[in-house]
Amino acid sequence: MTDPILTLSGISKSFPGVRALNDVALELYAGEVTALIGENGAGKSTLVKVMTGIYQPDAGEISVAGRVVSLPTAHSASAVGITAIHQETVLFDELTVAENIYLGHAPRTRLGLIDWKMMRREAQETLDSMAAGIDAGIKLKELGIAKKHLVAVARALSIDAQVVIMDEPTAALSQKEIEELYVLIDLLKQDGKAILFISHKFDEIYRIADRFTVFRDGEQVGKGFIRDTSQSEIVQMMVGRAVDHIFPARQADIGDVVLEAKGLSHPTEFADVSFAVRKGEILGFYGLVGAGRSEVMQAVFGLTQTSSGGLTLEGRAIAPKSPADAVEAGIVYVPEERGKQGVITGEPIFKNVSLPSLGKTSKSGFLRMVEEYALARTYTERLDLRASSLSQDVSTLSGGNQQKVVIAKWLATLPKVIILDEPTKGIDIGSKAAVHEFMGELVAQGLSVIMVSSELPEVLGMSDRIVVMREGRVIDTLDSKGLKPETLVRLAAGIAEEQAA
Amino acid sequence: MTDTVLHRSLPNRLDNPLKSAVLSWESLLVLVALGIFILNSFASPYFLNAWSLSDLTFNFTEKALIALAMALLIISGEIDLSVAAIIALASTMMGLALQYGADTPMLVAVGVGVGILCGAFNGFLVTGLKLPSIVVTIGTMSLFRGIAFIILGDQSFKGYPKSFAWFGQGYVYWVISFELVLFVVCAVIYWVLLHRTNFGRRVFAIGNNDVAARFSGVRVDRIKFILFCLTGLMSGMAAVLLTARLGSTRPSIAEGFELEAITMVVLGGVSILGGAGSILGVVLAALIVGLVTFGLGLLNVPGIVMTIFTGSLLIVVIALPILFRMWRQRA
Repeated sequence: MTDPILTLSGISKSFPGVRALNDVALELYAGEVTALIGENGAGKSTLVKVMTGIYQPDAGEISVAGRVVSLPTAHSASAVGITAIHQETVLFDELTVAENIYLGHAPRTRLGLIDWKMMRREAQETLDSMAAGIDAGIKLKELGIAKKHLVAVARALSIDAQVVIMDEPTAALSQKEIEELYVLIDLLKQDGKAILFISHKFDEIYRIADRFTVFRDGEQVGKGFIRDTSQSEIVQMMVGRAVDHIFPARQADIGDVVLEAKGLSHPTEFADVSFAVRKGEILGFYGLVGAGRSEVMQAVFGLTQTSSGGLTLEGRAIAPKSPADAVEAGIVYVPEERGKQGVITGEPIFKNVSLPSLGKTSKSGFLRMVEEYALARTYTERLDLRASSLSQDVSTLSGGNQQKVVIAKWLATLPKVIILDEPTKGIDIGSKAAVHEFMGELVAQGLSVIMVSSELPEVLGMSDRIVVMREGRVIDTLDSKGLKPETLVRLAAGIAEEQAA
Repeated sequence: MTDTVLHRSLPNRLDNPLKSAVLSWESLLVLVALGIFILNSFASPYFLNAWSLSDLTFNFTEKALIALAMALLIISGEIDLSVAAIIALASTMMGLALQYGADTPMLVAVGVGVGILCGAFNGFLVTGLKLPSIVVTIGTMSLFRGIAFIILGDQSFKGYPKSFAWFGQGYVYWVISFELVLFVVCAVIYWVLLHRTNFGRRVFAIGNNDVAARFSGVRVDRIKFILFCLTGLMSGMAAVLLTARLGSTRPSIAEGFELEAITMVVLGGVSILGGAGSILGVVLAALIVGLVTFGLGLLNVPGIVMTIFTGSLLIVVIALPILFRMWRQRA
């Protein structure tokens, strides 16, 4: 067995409040594909950024071909032969294919100017050697996503990369394009490159990878050869964590169906989605990133329009054309992108909270500040908001406290159904527990909660029932009692039951 | 419902409202206005005279009427560059109506009506077709004035009735002109609308973050459409006043009004990026612009120099609030 080309050892990286990587190791071998596997938030992306010089690790070392290197910039990473192909390629639409391939390392003439002819010729040679069928002279924007990946691969070849990182390269590709990508990966392997392949999809991993490394919560929890390991063993490694967080116990007092969706479809994002949430129930939505969960919720909230299907709220058909309609009907949505869609930064806490309830706090359209302050105080205090005053700009609050402002804003409208999209993403443990506890209180008061979450413990710990989505469709709806995390992961990733058994 | 924990009560605000008011952009504008007023009275012996001061107000009331609605539009994150062209088209249509024998009430209705229609057209292009307002209104700026040119060519409409002229030349009491009274009334209405109603609160929310405002159940498109209509309405009113004051319509009428209106808005402390501003500031800024141009006129400064002045003022006032906020954050 040869020595690894790239070795990472003892890598740690922390962000304020979060330990993203903790003493992780990774080896990549020439001519082999290593799959990096882990749940969302396991630290895969952070590791890629450390390897490509975008983040600096707090501890640990990186060595290439036995030599310790430091990667202070993205340029230094490509100088030692590490290149990455991202989910959405980071190439330049307005430049030609040849320019994209040689950006940053273009061949020079004796005068130090770019040798355009040579660049064009060599780019074309590289593309032809890959049988890409791309003209190096055309602008990148004229290519589809699959061809853009080919350009990215050509770029990797042109800078003579030793290590090629592919971060979910198949996410936007069709089945045929994925097959073409496999051929390319084989080409890279034959060329002696070491490939790190990041994917959620087990069929791809088993099709293309030689080795695997599993990450969980920022730590490396397993590695080995794909051919010696079954899918269920890998799933076990991914989810087999100790439950580190106690979820509030709830006395389930579940009533009639409040909101029912039947056959919701969208031209591109999801198809035939049906579910029902009952009074006092927390309905979890689990799936991989891109499974269409948020898109369904945004349609229910009136942000996007469905092409077919219908919604019934308390037995009455509704068709929200805008969020304003949904709020009036009693459906509210706490979005995933808190900073962009949740809070209005630049405005104080009380104005954020009162915005959807102005009809209640005002008198014939005229503002009544006393009522606004009172409303904001009532609901922020119920959520234990940490702030100095109600006039504090929300942008000065922590992520967790901003989330509390968003939730307070919606509770003040006295909704019937509250949809939480990744409610605890990126917030500290303390606020997380507060949000969980509060969700318990909400359903105890007879609200219906829909929670979209990619965090297994959260979705298992909080939900009464769980809807699993994959590729825009509802795969199954399960009772969370006695449900094994492995079952959820299998359904979400599309691993057949008989294979896993 | 369970009240489990005793919370400490959050105060409404911690800053001192009086101190904030003293340190505000508006109080600086008051000082500037006073300074220019004193300079003017030294610069010309004819300045401190009731009729002089009354004439002064004609210098800014028409543009300031537009600035009131423009302030709300810019606070919401949009802009309308076609306001002067709306005046030209509205004035031309009034002239046309006159040819067909329209009386004074009819003329006013035509002017205001054309203004609202033009504003609604802008609003439809921006909110219905999701086009950026700066591009839309550059387009309609040429379109509206172009129609006026086609109708009028190098001709002009004249012969407006005397009762119509009163709107631009009449006095309500002594030196107090109808234009000034109308402006003061509108300023109060816009102040209430922006600072004391749900509508105004939503305008600010949209300007700060229109995505989050939409996600908070604000009907963003509807409000923006109304704002474009309001700007059209004020432009139509300005067209009535200006046409009545000049007594004639040429296709080149009101050229450059959009820049002066925007200068007033920005000098008034409205953030060109949206989300912040006050009507009081805009009113003070209108007064300052009026004082300065009138003062320069008293000193016989030629019109072209005044244009240079307005242009420079626009650049300075866009830079100043930014510098001012940096200074205030440190203070």
